[in-house]
Amino acid sequence: MTEQLRILVVDDEPGMRTGIERTLRRFSVTLPDIEGEVAFELQAVDSGEAALAQIEASGPDILLLDHKLPGMSGLDVLHELAESKRDILTIMITAYASLDTAITATRRGAYDFLAKPFTPEELKAAVRKAAKHLLLQRQARRLAEEKRQVRFQFISVLGHELKAPLAAVEGYLNILRDRSVGDNPAVYQQAVERSLVRLQGMRKLILDLLDLTRIESGNRRRDLANLDVCEVAKNAIETLIPEATAKRVAVELATPGPVPMRADRGDLEMILNNLVSNAVKYNREGGQVRVTVEGQDETVRIAVADTGIGMSAQEAAQLFREFSRIKNPQTRSILGSGLGLSIVKKVAALYGGDVQVQSEPGVGSTFRVTLHPAELGGEAARAAAPPAPPAS
Amino acid sequence: MQTGATTRTILVVDDDPDFLAQQQMQLEAAHFKVLAAPGVQEARHLLEECQPDLAVLDLMMEDADGGFALSYHLRKKYPGVPIIMVTAVTSQTGLDFTPSGPEQKSWVKADVILPKPVRFEQLKREIDRLLARKP
Repeated sequence: MTEQLRILVVDDEPGMRTGIERTLRRFSVTLPDIEGEVAFELQAVDSGEAALAQIEASGPDILLLDHKLPGMSGLDVLHELAESKRDILTIMITAYASLDTAITATRRGAYDFLAKPFTPEELKAAVRKAAKHLLLQRQARRLAEEKRQVRFQFISVLGHELKAPLAAVEGYLNILRDRSVGDNPAVYQQAVERSLVRLQGMRKLILDLLDLTRIESGNRRRDLANLDVCEVAKNAIETLIPEATAKRVAVELATPGPVPMRADRGDLEMILNNLVSNAVKYNREGGQVRVTVEGQDETVRIAVADTGIGMSAQEAAQLFREFSRIKNPQTRSILGSGLGLSIVKKVAALYGGDVQVQSEPGVGSTFRVTLHPAELGGEAARAAAPPAPPAS
Repeated sequence: MQTGATTRTILVVDDDPDFLAQQQMQLEAAHFKVLAAPGVQEARHLLEECQPDLAVLDLMMEDADGGFALSYHLRKKYPGVPIIMVTAVTSQTGLDFTPSGPEQKSWVKADVILPKPVRFEQLKREIDRLLARKP
């Protein structure tokens, strides 16, 4: 990706202007950090007044500004620019290294200095540094904006996801209050039951949201302990027995022996509860769920296989995104927050691991999580760190 | 109970199972026969088999404009069947889809657009009005 930056040269000496132009015309800068290359487009004017007009007209990115100019001085130009809050990086050209000028110019927002006389190499070095600074700064800004957009979108979808169950319960309450659907008590009973189901779904959404926040805040102290992953899996299976029984789904832990792992219990519970719960929810009547745990060479592997509805490769690709729920006639009546797998993926990442899915429509899905307990912290610290500040 | 001859059939399409159930309960209590479809596909199947007297469609179904597509299909298949479009679009996006002139109404293929949440009395009033227009 080649980016074009505009440089405006402001100097009253014609020789200086042509010299700078000649030096920079075919000059380009490669920035490996952001995989970018920068080329330059040059313009030149001979006074501060002309500079301001040119800035207004063409909005340059970098200003090579002579300090000593016939009318308004370079410092005056800087002052005007500071007032207008433009996104311009200024390199001051001073006749001799004067400390006073340097201090004043810095106060007024100059980025760098170039003392006359300078060699073409010195000029290129200053421009290279300025270009790098400018692009990194813009990239950081872009990332911050993207992050803000993602947050915004998340909140707006969340709002909708919370509103839907509220509206459903409200509707049922109105029916119950007005006794508006006839005399059949079974219908009113259905209204109560469905309200409870929707409230339960809402509670699950809020709990998942809290889990997600807890993972993403990154700075939570993890209670690391030597755990047996099989025991955590056993507990997860036990909590889901009512749901499994209702669907006549047999859940089996296929690994008898202990698989030790140093981890936070809450983290492992989030992974196992979500995967086993999905395996039951998206299963068929009378289906099976098989949970296997394996520990080898600092790596713990958890697999949860079901005999459920499965999904297409296209659907699987969408799976780990927040609020991504596969909508089709088979999943329509299954309630879910749309956050479970996104949580599993994030927790796995905390342990330097990942989650993968293998699925066949109508046959079933297998979710495999890999965890590297020794890597805990590295990924967490990186995920929680703010975007790198622009290097100066 | 009204006699079979005067029982009108209403197609209700909504992807929220409870909104669908609530409409069905209330419409049945008001002596309508209800065809309830939880999605566009199911609605299309139902339409293959019979012609409703009126349709209540949710605008935003699984693929965002599913309601629009369905109303277009319905209008083409049974031109005389009135359509009530129920939508959460306004409250969700701030966009106003209320048709302001006959020109726009023909574009959205609905006779009435009601913003969610819809009170049943309001829906009932519109249904009665649209059915009374029909021979």
